[in-house]
Parts: sequence; structure tokens; C-alpha cells
Amino acid sequence: MCSAGVELTGCRNRRDPTMDAATDRELRREDAERIAAICADVGDDPHRMMDILRAVQDDLRWISPPVMQLIADRAGLSRIAVEGVVSFYAFLSQVPKGRITIRLCDDIIDRFAGMPAVAAAFEAALGIKVGETSADGAVSLEYTPCIGLCDQAPAAMVNDIVLTQLTPDRVAEVAAALRGGQRPEDLISHEFDDLSPHDRATRQVKNNIRHAGASLLCPVPDGAGLQRALDMTPGRIIEEIEASGLRGCGGAGFATGRKWRFAAAAEAERRVIICNADEGEPGTFKDRVLLTERPHLLIEGMTIAARAVGATDGILYLRGEYVYLRELIEEVLQDRRDRGLLGQGIGGAEFDFDIRLQLGAGAYICGEEGALISSCEGLPGEPKTRPPFPVTQGYLGLPTVVNNVETFCHAARILDKGAQWFFDMGHEGSHGTKLFSVSGDCLNPGIYELPYGLSVRDLLAMAGGEDAAAVAVGGASGTMIARDQFDRTLSFDDLSTAGAVVIFNGSRNILEIVEYYMSFFVHESCGYCTPCRVGNVFLQKAIGKFRDGLANPEDIDYLKDLSGTIIETSRCGLGTTSPNPILTTLENFPLIYAATVKPSKDRIRASFDIQSAIDSARHLAKRRSTIFDEDFSK
Amino acid sequence: MTELRKARIATASLAGCFGCHMAILDIDERLIELMKLVEVDRSPLTDIKQFTRRCDIGIIEGGCCNEENVHVLRDFRRNCDVLIAIGQCAIMGGLPAMRNAIMHSDAPLRECLEEAYITGRYIRNTTHQVPNDPALPLLLDEVYPCSEVVEIDYNIPGCAPSGDIIYETLAGLLAGKFSGFEREQIRFD
Repeated sequence: MCSAGVELTGCRNRRDPTMDAATDRELRREDAERIAAICADVGDDPHRMMDILRAVQDDLRWISPPVMQLIADRAGLSRIAVEGVVSFYAFLSQVPKGRITIRLCDDIIDRFAGMPAVAAAFEAALGIKVGETSADGAVSLEYTPCIGLCDQAPAAMVNDIVLTQLTPDRVAEVAAALRGGQRPEDLISHEFDDLSPHDRATRQVKNNIRHAGASLLCPVPDGAGLQRALDMTPGRIIEEIEASGLRGCGGAGFATGRKWRFAAAAEAERRVIICNADEGEPGTFKDRVLLTERPHLLIEGMTIAARAVGATDGILYLRGEYVYLRELIEEVLQDRRDRGLLGQGIGGAEFDFDIRLQLGAGAYICGEEGALISSCEGLPGEPKTRPPFPVTQGYLGLPTVVNNVETFCHAARILDKGAQWFFDMGHEGSHGTKLFSVSGDCLNPGIYELPYGLSVRDLLAMAGGEDAAAVAVGGASGTMIARDQFDRTLSFDDLSTAGAVVIFNGSRNILEIVEYYMSFFVHESCGYCTPCRVGNVFLQKAIGKFRDGLANPEDIDYLKDLSGTIIETSRCGLGTTSPNPILTTLENFPLIYAATVKPSKDRIRASFDIQSAIDSARHLAKRRSTIFDEDFSK
Repeated sequence: MTELRKARIATASLAGCFGCHMAILDIDERLIELMKLVEVDRSPLTDIKQFTRRCDIGIIEGGCCNEENVHVLRDFRRNCDVLIAIGQCAIMGGLPAMRNAIMHSDAPLRECLEEAYITGRYIRNTTHQVPNDPALPLLLDEVYPCSEVVEIDYNIPGCAPSGDIIYETLAGLLAGKFSGFEREQIRFD
């Protein structure tokens, strides 16, 4: 997202001067008509702004000022309100993008898996640099943060299609095919249009299910949980979920039953169920697999939640990077409507509930509950002030339950198999099974469904990652542990995680990984609050000093102080966890930091480089320095 | 037996407005007490341009906007036991650092100079040139706070700091009793 936080570091789309003229041109009538039709499709509803803007972006490849004005007029908003949304999301553009937009996954795992060579191959084959659009407007090439395919990196999006395990050779084929006029879909299969949505998804992306556990990835009966829920009172359903010990699987681990109970107790005419499928944490891809293989179970879980809290409206918020799953989910929703499992009078009871699919547009922050709700409301994805909490005032001010994909799936299984069955798995405080997304330096990256309480060492053994030197549990915002802590357990009271387990072997540079994670947070900060917007930039710069060997011993204290300030004063979970890569490596890899610092000579900072600082003035003034250019007198 | 010597103090104004030096004079009649304890070496107040001896305390006003500022600051660091940054410019870059906000230009320094000397709406510059006398020190790409160039021991905040806080800090340091500021001293609302 191009937010204020990003501006500090100078992220900007390059403008192509040949296309700038289009900015001032009047909107063509046929474009205006299509935009009007797009707006009319959602009833000119400003809360559906994401859908409008995504559709316009797909159609026109950018959202120009006159287009924003037209959309604003239709939706009854000001142009600046629309621009606020457009400028927030990475997949919406204020400069013309190519008819095909190639987004290379810039995650650290992709980099280690060979993305630099892949990017170079794309640049060579397309004749443009990353960040540019070809002069004929055919292709744009850019980087995007983790797209949830770490188990098959390096990966890229080509419009709505995903390519995995890229090599420079494959890139040459892709570029030739696209230049030859093939559609991105043709890169997957020449019979793409004849494939079922599920086949289309699995042809693009492997599931890599390495271990199926007892709850989600084992064979699952269709509709058994919902059937039982329909025979139960709402209060009884909540009791069942509470008794199971189910806690949220998106990272925070809030007790699901309690959340439902709060929402059910809130005074309101309408209530809302939202599924958070904005899985953006680098290294996490479990929801991708559930959405592909257990979509019915997920919708079943949402329907059960709706019955429990008395909700009529559902939203499934799917991250923009998973757009290749859109048709699959739409088909599932329609199938369930046709079977009377969604819509009016579900199961012949007096129970109405339907779900709309809401696509995101490339913003990590939208995985935060409040930001996700903002995004569903057609606003920039900024977190909301808490309290009030979403369970009392969420989407459009209505009591709202927001749960992770995996949480809803478990809920459906619990209704089928009973609370005790779920409670008996795992251990005290962490009941049931958990999906782990394992990636990085191991033989078998993929999804492992295992009971809570397993040690990191056991998981490494299963994944063939025994030579790991470091493991990032929980991804970028999680905990980075060293070999001496591999006996720690994956559970809420030890290593709590939404599921990412990223493995690094001894050849990886820990500081490079930390610097990457910090650059990720700098990019993804929404820019609302200063500690997060500015503080993360300072942390990233400070880590750069360590990498360059220019840090002093007191810079370690600086890292700790600044991290503490950011955690204490940030507005949402992004800022309260973004210093974790630094804090946990300081704690668990202290020697790496100790080895890179040295006291400054004469107490003059080596990190200040006078030569580069005066270089631009030297060129402007066309003379040398009388102080710092030693050969001046010669 | 060695005679108890006076502490030696040096001061410099880098990219500042001299307001902090004026604030030093706001110590008023307590200057007389202070001067019993210290002698002033290199300083605009004495017009001594180079260090005559090593000093106990160096006081820096202003941040670094050009190469000479860097040179002077490093000279102070080498020649002073304790280095104090006084005022917002020395501590954070202050007003001069507003030019750091020109960050989306390919040539931010050129843009800054052109606006200051040629294109600005209220400029009356009949030469239509950016000054470039060989005696002028080269500007830095950005304005840097002192702490990015050398290690700073103490910061006295304020714009400018009051004579009271300057006096109390110096008196405390000279007596070996300085232990930071009271909250009341550094609130400005």
C-alpha cells in the first residue's frame, strides 16, 4: 500500500510520461458507461467501493482522476474519499498499468529460492525493469509482498493467475507465450475454460498436504455439523463451542465461544459474521489450502456461527492475492444456495443467512480485524479504535464476529463430533489440532495438521528440516528461535502462532532476514499512527547499520528502546508486533549482534558517510571539498 | 600539590540561529558565579577560532547542514571530554531540517537551492544564480542531527532552552551531580 509510511522510504510508481497525457483527457463515453454499469451492479453502494474499484482497475488497468470523480458522483462521495481508497491498496493504481500485470513475490523465502534470477529473467525477456510498464502498455512488472505460496516459491501472479516454482527457463516460456498473444490462463492449461474451478485452482497451486490430522484435513462428512446445529438452540451451540476449548486460529487466540457469546448478547436488529481469509503473514498459507479443499466446511462453520449469534449477513474477506480462488468460492456459495444451505429458511427452519465474497486488494493490514472491517465497508484498510470491539459495534456499527478460516472449519467439526472430542486433543489451554504452514529450508514444505503441544524439533523432523539453524514461528511478527530452543512447544502458552513455521538453515544471514521483515512492516504500515509509520523506518535503518558493520554497542540499546516505544504506543497489532523480529533475535541470537558492533573511533560515528553526504553538492557546485577531498591542492 | 584548575568550556553554533547562544547569556547574573568555575576556550563568545587546549565541556548549537559543520563537530568531539547538544536543531535537526522533507525529487538539493534562490515566489535575486563562491562550504544532502555524526553525551532540549535549564545543567555537571532533568524543566506547554 502506498501510505505515508511508504512515502518515507520513497516507494513510488514510476510514471510513464507518454501516458501522462491521458490524465487530463476527458473520460471516453464507452468507459464512462462501463464504469456506470459497474457501480450500478452494486447499487452505487459506497460500502461496496472495493468491488467497484477492483472491477474498474481490471477493466481500465488504472483509476484516473476523472474516473474517481465519476465513481464518487455515483456513490455520493467526494473524489478525495475515493482517492483515499485507491491510494491505500497496492493492487489499485493511479498510473496506467499494463494489460497484463506481473507481480513477483518478494518474500524472503522466494528470494532464497531464486527470485533474483527469476526477476532478472523477466526483466530481460520483457525489456522493462521491475516497477515499470512497457511503452506499448502491454505488461507491467512489479514486486509484491508474500502471496502465500512459500511452499512452492518462487512464485508470481500474472493478473488473476498464479505461477509457482518459477525458474529463468520457465520465465522465458511465459514471456514468449504472453508476447505471442496467449492469455495468462493459457499458461496453466489450454483447456483452462473447460476445467472446473477446483481443477483450475489445483492446476495452479499445489496443496502440499503433508500430514492430515483428525479435524480438518482428514475425510470430512458434508453438512453433519450444520445438521446438528440446526437441531440445537443458539445458546446450546455456543455452550458446545465454549466447552470444546476452541481458540481463534488467526494468531490472537481469543476464545471463540466467548466471542460468539458477546456478539449474541449485544442489542441489535442485525448481526454479521465475517470470515478473515486475508492470510497475509509472510510464511502462512494454511487458509489457502482450506479454501481450496474444505470450502464447504468453512461455509458450514460460518453458517453455524450465524445460527449461534443470530446473524443474517456474512462476508468472506478473501485477500486479493488469492483471487485465483474466487470462482471456486463463488461456485460453492451458489451450490449451497441451490441446496437451501444458504439464503432464506436454511434447513427448512426460520433461519436466514447469506454470504458475500469480498476481495481485498493487496494490504497486509487488512488481516487486522478492524482494518478488515473498514475494508469491507469500502474504506481504506485502517484499524478502528478499540473499544468498542467488533462484537458490539463492528461492520456498519453492527455486532460482528470476525473469525479466521481455520476457526470456522474447526467449529463445524466440533458440532459434528462433539466438544469433548476436540477438547481431548492437544493439551491444557491449547485444545484441538492446528494447521502449520511449513516453508523454507526443509525437504517437505507444506501443510501439517497436528495436535497442539508438539515441539518444534518434532515438526522439523517431520518436515525434513533437521539442519535448521533458526525457525521463525509465526512468520514476520512471530518469534525467531535458535537451535537451543527447538524443544519449545507449539501452543498458546509457549510459541503461539497462526501457523507459520519458516525454517532457515545455517547458511542464511539472520540479519538479512530481520532486515527483510522490517522492510515488510515499513511497506505494510497503514500510516495512521506515528510510532508504527516512522518507528519501523528507524528500526529498518538501524538494522541496516548492523548489516553494514557500522553499529556501535549502544545501538543495541537503541533497538530495544525504540522497539519498546513502538510496541507501547502503536494503535493496532501491526505496530505491537512489528519489532518482534528484532527483539526475538536480540534475545535468541545475541552473538550475531555482539559480533557486528564495534565502538566508534574517537567517538565519531562511522555510520555517517561524509563522502556520500557531500556528493550531490559536489556535482551541483562543480567543485571539490576543501576539507574532505584530500587531493584538493594537487 | 596541583592547583584546582577551572573547567574549560568550548561552544560552537553550527546550523542554528544563534538563539541558543543568546540563551546561554540568559543565565544573567549567575554568569558571574559560573565564570568563577570555568574559563571559555574556543567559542564565538570569546572569538577564539581554534582549540587552544583540550576542554572539559563542549556545547554545540545547531545540526549539520554543510561539510564545515561536520568538520567542526568532529573537532569538538576529539577535543572535549563531554559533548552537549543544546536546542532542537542540534538534537533533531530543527528548522533547517525542513529541507529533508524534499524526498521525492531525483535531485532534492538542487530543488531546494533553486526554490531558495531562483524560483521561489518571494525571491529578489537579480543574478538568478545559486551562490557558489569557492569559500562556501559544500552542503550536505540532508541536515543531520549531531548525534548521527558523533556521539553526544547530553541533550538540553528547547527552542531555545531557558537560561535556567542551561545554568542548572552546567552547574550540575561541574559539581558532578547532574542526573537528568525534572519533568517540569522540559515541558513546554
